[in-house]
Order: sequence, then C-alpha cells, then structure tokens
Amino acid sequence: MSTVTDSQRKAPAGERVADWADGRLGIYGLAKTNMRKIFPDHWSFMLGEICLYSFIIIILTGVYLTLFFHPSMNEVVYHGPYAPLQGVRMSEAYASTMNISFEIRGGLLIRQIHHWAALIFIAGMLVHMMRVFFTGAFRKPREVNWLFGFLLFMLGLFTGFTGYSLPDDLLSGTGVRFMEGVLLSVPVVGSYMAMFLYGGEFPGGDFVARFYSIHVLLLPGIMLGLLVAHLILVFYHKHTQFAGPGRTNKNVVGMPLLPVYMAKAGGFFFLVFGVIAVMAAVASINPIWAMGPYRPDQVSTGAQPDWYMGFSEGLVRIMPGWEINAWGHTLVLGVFIPIVIFPLVLVAIAVYPFIEAWVTGDKREHHILDRPRNVPTRTGVGVAWITLYLILLVGGGNDLWATHFHLSINAITWFVRIFMFVGPVLAFIFTKRWCLGLQRRDREKVLHGRESGVIKRLPHGEFVEIHQPLKPAEMHTLTAHEQYKPLEIGPSVDENGVERKVSPLQKLKAKLSKGYYGGESQIEKPTAQEHEEITSGHGHH
Amino acid sequence: MSSNENSEENLPSAQGEGEHGSVERADNPFADPGLPAHRPRVQDIDERAARRSERVVAFLFTLSMIATIAFIASYVAFPVDKIVYIFPIGHVSALNFSLGMTLGVALFCIGAGAVHWARTLMSDVETPADRHPIEADAETKAQVLADFKQGAEESGFGRRKLIRNTMFGAMAMVPLAGVMLLRDLGPLPEKKLRTTLWAKGKVLINMNTNEPLRPEDVAVGSLTFAMPEGLEEDAEDFQTQIAKAALMIVRIQPADIKDKQEREWAHEGIVAYSKICTHVGCPISLYEQQTHHVLCPCHQSTFDLSDGARVIFGPAGHALPQLRIGVNGEGNLEALGDFAEPVGPAFWERG
Amino acid sequence: MKKLSARRRHPLAAVVVLLLALAATGGLYAAFAPAGTAQADETSQSLAIDEGKKLYSVGCASCHGTGGQGTSDGPSLVGVGSAAVDFQVGTGRMPAQQPGAQVPKKKVIYSQAEIDQLAAYVASLGAGPITPTEKQYDSAGADIAKGGDLFRTNCAQCHNFTGEGGALTNGKFAPSLEGVDAKHIYEAMQVGPQNMPSFPDTTMPEKNKQDIIAYIKTVNGDNSASQGGLKLGGLGPVSEGLFGWIFGLGALVAVAIWVAAHTAKAKKS
Repeated sequence: MSTVTDSQRKAPAGERVADWADGRLGIYGLAKTNMRKIFPDHWSFMLGEICLYSFIIIILTGVYLTLFFHPSMNEVVYHGPYAPLQGVRMSEAYASTMNISFEIRGGLLIRQIHHWAALIFIAGMLVHMMRVFFTGAFRKPREVNWLFGFLLFMLGLFTGFTGYSLPDDLLSGTGVRFMEGVLLSVPVVGSYMAMFLYGGEFPGGDFVARFYSIHVLLLPGIMLGLLVAHLILVFYHKHTQFAGPGRTNKNVVGMPLLPVYMAKAGGFFFLVFGVIAVMAAVASINPIWAMGPYRPDQVSTGAQPDWYMGFSEGLVRIMPGWEINAWGHTLVLGVFIPIVIFPLVLVAIAVYPFIEAWVTGDKREHHILDRPRNVPTRTGVGVAWITLYLILLVGGGNDLWATHFHLSINAITWFVRIFMFVGPVLAFIFTKRWCLGLQRRDREKVLHGRESGVIKRLPHGEFVEIHQPLKPAEMHTLTAHEQYKPLEIGPSVDENGVERKVSPLQKLKAKLSKGYYGGESQIEKPTAQEHEEITSGHGHH
Repeated sequence: MSSNENSEENLPSAQGEGEHGSVERADNPFADPGLPAHRPRVQDIDERAARRSERVVAFLFTLSMIATIAFIASYVAFPVDKIVYIFPIGHVSALNFSLGMTLGVALFCIGAGAVHWARTLMSDVETPADRHPIEADAETKAQVLADFKQGAEESGFGRRKLIRNTMFGAMAMVPLAGVMLLRDLGPLPEKKLRTTLWAKGKVLINMNTNEPLRPEDVAVGSLTFAMPEGLEEDAEDFQTQIAKAALMIVRIQPADIKDKQEREWAHEGIVAYSKICTHVGCPISLYEQQTHHVLCPCHQSTFDLSDGARVIFGPAGHALPQLRIGVNGEGNLEALGDFAEPVGPAFWERG
Repeated sequence: MKKLSARRRHPLAAVVVLLLALAATGGLYAAFAPAGTAQADETSQSLAIDEGKKLYSVGCASCHGTGGQGTSDGPSLVGVGSAAVDFQVGTGRMPAQQPGAQVPKKKVIYSQAEIDQLAAYVASLGAGPITPTEKQYDSAGADIAKGGDLFRTNCAQCHNFTGEGGALTNGKFAPSLEGVDAKHIYEAMQVGPQNMPSFPDTTMPEKNKQDIIAYIKTVNGDNSASQGGLKLGGLGPVSEGLFGWIFGLGALVAVAIWVAAHTAKAKKS
C-alpha cells in the first residue's frame, strides 16, 4: 500500500477514511475475510433473519414508547378523549398507554408495530429453531449456538410477558395475578417470593415499575449480548448447506456478502419492517381501552396470555386440582406441577442435540444438512414435540374452541388431558413411517429412474411405463446422506472367557442406537452395485 | 464418557470423501458431479431486459419516496381522533391506517427494490468457499497448554494454597452483599395472606350502588357483588384490599343447599362466597343460576355453590371460602366475622 | 411395519385414510358435542288475554303444559313474568327447536303483537317481571363510563370485555351481545334467562342497567370504532396470535422464499 506511486497518488476520500479507520481498528483485515463471505441461498435460512429484524424493530419502537409511557401505578382519574373511560380510576401506566393510543399522533401505530413485531419475533424464533432441528443444523460444531438460540427464545417469552403486563389493563392484570398464584404455589418460599416481587400484597404499587426495568433493560440487554454472540458464531462457523452437486462438507457454495447478500439481507430488513407496519395499519392488537383498567375484582372471559405463553396456559388449565395438606402446610401441586413442566417441555428440545450426539458418538463436524426424511427418528421426535406443543395450545384456548366449534369446555379439557400423552406417541409413529415411505421412494427413484408417464406396449402385449434415469446431480443429491450403523455391544464374554462389564448406560445407548439406525428405522440407500445390476440388465426393471 | 465407546466403524464415511475418490468416480453413479456450470439469466445476455429490471428497481425506490411524503402528509392532515370506515376493515382511525400503510409501503419498496436489484442485476454466479476445521491443530493446542501451564506456575496459584482459598472465600462471600440488598423488595408474608378486611359487624355494600345490601333485595337466581363497608374506591390500598375482600352473593332455595355448614353460614339461603378463585386468584363469577355452578374464566375451575362451593372440575385445589353473614339491627346484611380460612390461591403456610 | 408401508401406495390407500380421518373426526365430535336437556327460564305474570292463551296452546303447551305448570320437557312458566316471555320469544329462543346444552337464539317466528299476547297470558299465571317500557331501556344520556365499570364487574366475566360472548360449563355459553336489542338486554338482566343469573332492580337499579346498555351500544354497536384496525373478533390474544402466524409470519415466509429463490435462467438457445 505504501509504495512510492501510492503515496504520490491522491487517494479518493472514501479510501482515506477507510485508511484512517484501518490504522485504528484494523478493518482491512476484517474485511478481507468477510466482505466476500459466501452465503448459501435457501428460504429457510432467512427465518433467523426474520427474528433478527423483528428484534431490531422491537427495540426501535420500544425506545419510542418509553418517551411517553409512565411506568407508575399511582392512581389517576381519566379525562382523555376516550368516552367510555372518562372519570374512571386507573393507574398512570394505563392512562399513559391511553395517551399513546389516542393522543400521540402515530403512537397507536408504534404500539401496534411493537406488539405485532413481538408476536412475529417469537413465532419466528420457534420456526427458526424447528428448521435447525429438523435439518440437524445443531450438530457439531453448532451445539453452543443452538443453546444461545434457545436462551434467546426463553428470554423472549419472559420479555413478552413483562411487556404486555406494563399497561396494567384488565387482561394483563389477570396474567399478573396468575403469576402471583404461581409464586405462592412454590413450596416453602412461595409467599416470600410473591411478597418480594410485588413489594407486599398483590397488586401493591410496585410491579409496573419493576417489570418495566426488567422489560426494557435487564432482559433486552442480555438478549442483545446473546444475539451478538449468536451472529458471530454463525459467521465463524459459516452457514450450513443442503447436499447437492459441488456442495461438500468442506466447502460452502453460494453468493458473496458484498454485494448480493448485502442487498438481499439488507433489503429483507425493510421487507420485514414493511410487512409489520402494514399489519399494524390493518389489524388491531391489544386494544387496552376495550379491556379497561385493572381491578383485582374484575375479569373477562377469554382471559388468555399472548400465544407464546399459550402452551403453559394449557398445562395449567388441564391439571387436576391436586393439593396436599399435612403438618400445617400446603403443597399446591395443582399449580406447581404444571409450572415445573412448563420449562421442562422447552428444555426437552434444548438438550436433544446432546442426546443425539451421545447416541451416535459422532465427533465430526457436520456442515451438510439432513433432509428430515433421512433421519426418521429425529424427525419423529421433533414432530412429537410440536404435537405436544400444539395440543397444549389447544388446551390454553379451550374456551374459544368451545364457543367457536360448539363443543363442551369440559370435554376439550379431557381431550387435552389424554392426548397430551397419546398425541405425541401417535405423531412419532406416524412421522417415522412417513419418513421411511419417502426414503423408499427416493431409493426407487435412484434405482429405476423417474416415472415418465409414458406407457409403452411391448411386442408381447405387456404395457410398461417408461422410467427416465435421473441426472447425475440428482443421483448424487439423493444418495449423499450418511447412514449410521446401530451400535453393537458385542459379546458379553471376551475371547479369553472373561466376562465383560457392560454398564446399564451403555445398554441404553445401544438400545437407542438400534431405535435410531436399526433396520426398522432406516432404508438402506442404494449401492453402486445394485444400481449397476438394474441398469445393465434390461434397461428398466 | 470415553471417546472410544463408539467404534469408528459405526460412523458412516463422511460425505463427498473416502470411498468416492476420483479414481472410482467413473464406476460410481452417485459420485458428486461437481458444481454445475453457471447459466446466464435473461438480464445477463439481453441488455434490454437488464434495463427493464433497472427501471423496476428505480420505480420501487421512487414509490418509497412518494410513500414517505404521503406519510408526512397524513401525519399533518388527519386529526388524531378521526374515524373513517374502510372496507372491509371497519371503522378505524384514519391516522393509524394512513400512517401504517404509507410507512409500510415506504419500507417495503426499499426492500423490494434492493432484492430485485440483487436478484436480477448483481452477479448470480455461485462460488464455493473452503471451510476450515474449527478445532485448532495439534501444534497450536500444545502451545496453548504450555503457555497456560507456565502462566499458572508463575502465578503460584497451585502452590500458595492460602491465597487460593482465601480468594475463593472472598469471591464466594461478596455476592451476599447484593443478596442482602434485595431483602427490602417487600415485607415478610407474616399473616398478611390470612386476613381480609371483613370483620364482625361489617355491612355488605353492593358494588353497583354503593348502598348496604338488604336480604329482601337479593332474589333467588340473582348475582350480586359486595365489598366491606368503609372501603372506598379512592382509598390508597383499595386494589390490595379488594383483591382479597371481593365477595359474591347469590341466593339459593334453602332446601337446595346440600352442605349443612353452608346453610348455617347463610342467611335465609343468601350465601356469600369469596370472589377470588382458590386456584391462582382470578375473580371467579361465571355463575349458572340453574346448576348453581360457578366457573373461573381463567382456568375453568368449577365450584358448586349449592354444595359448600366444592371443586367439581378444573385445577383448583380447594373450595371457595364462605363468609358467614347475618342481618344487623337496621335490616342490612352484615359479616359475622372474617373468612375462616385464607382466601385466594393456596400457599405453603396455608395449612 | 414393512408390509403396511408397502401398501400405502395402493390406489385405495388415500380413500381409506380419508375415511378413517372422517370417521375419527365425526366420532370425536359426537363424543364432545355437548348433550343435555334444555331448560328454559323460570319467572311469570299478568292480564289474561284469550289470544295469548290460544297461541300458547298451539306453540308452547306441548312442553310447558296446558296451564303453564311445566312438564319434563319444559319448566313451569308460573311467575316468570311478561319480560321473560318477551325475551325468550322475541329473540327466537322459544319455541325451542331441539334439546341441547342451551337454547340458542334463532329467527323470530311470532310478530311483536303475538308476543305481547303470549306475554300477557303467561303473566296472568303468576306475578313476575313486567316487560320494560321504552323509557326504561332508553340509554340516551346514560353514563357510558359508569356502564363500562358495571359491565366489567357484573357482565364481562361471561360475555367478554366488549360483549363478544364466552364459554360456560359443559357446552353452555354466554351469547354475543352484538346487535341485541336494548330491550332484550334489559329484560335479560331483569329475568336471568336460562343459566344467566338475574340482576333485579333491587341490586342493580334501572339507571345502572341503562348505563350498561349505553356501554354495550358504544363499544359493540354497528358504528363502534376499532381504532387500531381489524377487531379480530374482539377475542384477545388467541385470535391475535392466529393472525400473527397466518398473515404475519405467513407473509414473511412468502417474502423470504422470493428473496432466496434463484431468478429464472435464460432459455438455452
């Protein structure tokens, strides 16, 4: 850079700025590796971007809302423009939210963008997580990033909960009261936890201010840190890709960050923001004026949390009312059990990658994604989990199911009680068999070619359908997946007749391995020999 | 878990390597044929098509500018409280709708323009980039381990146990200061959850009229809500008090009351139950006057008000507490004491 | 397992699966659809009108008995009052069509004159709440905000914040209040039809009822504003969640597919 000719030439302004920055930040070194970084193209790889962008939108709109929101529970009498509440007592939090919605120009829009973006953020995280799950993108070296993502999802749930509780309206207040009941149900320390969270007896005058700092500072701060770490790891690991011609475990095929992905990813931010802005223009969300201010002695039917808390609501609704009274103490199992199961449902999916890694014993890096059909057991587990989640969501909305489908609320509750156990099992079996069917079809396709739809009559009168052989690229794609062999424990006695110790854990592992990769759980992919026998024979079958 | 628990032969050979060596490529029908050759788009070979794309992109960016101007115009033009009818959405705020739509279009068009530009005019040649293993090579690892060992030795951390132990002690204790500071987040529970504002002689005040309730006011099949006399809506602690004291009054033909204590604690079939659900504290009051069932709208716990408010469905763990009522000298309904048990959700010390 | 798997490609497999699915859905519905007997309300009274009696013996007597004393199919109408008749027949709930968890509102089959005659006859059987006059249920000048507060204390637990209705036990439900006549809302509070409790004037004076009607008409009338846009049924987070998933995330995934898809290649020349 510092040759004689270079120093004589007057560098353009942009270059001089870059030089200045490079001298202090070393940006040329960073840019060298990253500016033309390759990203593979697939729509499902953009799900994470939906989350990233909705998070940014939430922060932008959230900052705007803090300019007008008063996180205070001091009581005021409403004298604003909304007639059905004039003269009604409410907290300042509620009154200032009314002010944002009815008196600040564009305030309602920003509130609605904030809330819609929050719903999309968490929905996006769930879908993104499922994409990573079903394609096996969580395998080495990405387990840590999977956990970061999972933590982001968990924190997102609680940020959402503390957020929609802030306006202190009748619906969210009911949720905050629910939270009190949950804390009270914790054995030994429950009533202390409730007193400490609410600054005394419910509802007290503190929780809005406390939830506010948790919602705008504590949780988003942690999330921002995790998000940055998540993105750094995505960059560092380079993106995964689906199998295909020219795509191996040792390369990544796609288009460069500058300019294609700069334009596509940058443009996608505006697309996401645009779609959410239109949603906020068209559809109302959380119309707190219709719900009224919170009063602990008032309630409305259809009291539900936002959708992402719906499955925990389902758990709470279907639980039988177990309560044990002994030695002057009460164990509130009817509330405590569902609240313990709630994180466990989520943790179950979070630890899955480590269980699978243990069963396969595979310590290699994986950068080629699985097609879900080629790993029937994992796909089955994932679908079973989603089934459980959905059934619990149904439970969480049992009252609306009852009114909209003219069913009995008690019957729905019983349905959920039974099917939260039966449903996932059925879903697992069904999915696994479906995957095997698809694997069989792939195998047929590779060996016999594609059905062309053309019927030919042979000289002796037989009708056959002509099968067209696949192109080499397709042949490769359909056979590129790996197939594990089930783990064998081997003989329990070694060659010297000494008994070998096999720990129960190892037996379990062998059993699981058989379940994953035994003959019942995967269809052998065609070998070159099989292919040759068939193709060298009589053309087709 | 030891690393050789799974013998290597269970692992499949990695994709695109091993047996599919280039020597065998000719025999292996499944071998990787390599990246397909790049095929041009219309825009790559036809300059007119490329210019069409350029115009579309420019149009989108221009549309965005117009939408932003429309946004500013809407902000200025529409009063904040103007309601307009927009088919098929309904009667909506003109400002919210116009601001949202214009902002949406302004943002979306920037995105759509950028993506269209990238898709049609920027190069779409797919190129491979090599991956490098995440793990460090053996040499680096050995260097790091050696450095660490040297550093640890120089610190004397392992040798000078006194320093190490006291440091751990100090580090473990100092967070206690922070924990202590949390003590004043709230008072101790003591007996706060066990008592309400109700007491002997407190008159039942109708929440609709703010007048005392008289037995003859309460008809069979009707539903009324009451609070204790002396509790004012503008009182400092109204919310906290009503959260425990809220009361639900129904009248049941005495002959239909199955529970003996309920009949005794009632006044001529007028029964007063806590409105706060014993599950997690929602105000429960979905009263069915024919079945005498009362349902909680939050989690569907169902209580039978004609049978001591016992739980007949749902997740609540115990019956609603009943308030013992009578009539005072002036003919008004009054409480004959506080609830006999804590109202609302159960807790560890409830017993 | 393999056998079954092989047969799933049979031409009839899809039909079998479809039939199984239909049978399962139908069976589940039959199992969960609420059953039970309908009970109409109880309360009555006033002037004897022969016309009303005639109408009664044709349309009502088969269930409620020839003298309104009630049978196993319908409750006694002695003492239910004219307001109850006006509500039940005026909203089309009576005559009931079929037994169910609850008698829903239907097309009204009697004229208002006939309803008045029926009401007069039933009122003559025993004293009960009288059909309100227009002045009673006229909500002009009522306090909407007070009505809102009363509504949230007394009504929202079953009928939802803005009167969209909600579920009760075993298939019963609180109906939506959208488009319900002020008179019928007033009468319902007065008499407590079916499983709804009553809110008599002694505990909820006329003025309170007018306030409540004014509130309902403000937030759930034909011209009620939904400032933020589509009301999504006024049902809260469940419908918002569905909308967010289907139209929000759905649209974004569609956009993502467009962003990531490769542009069409030029045809090989």
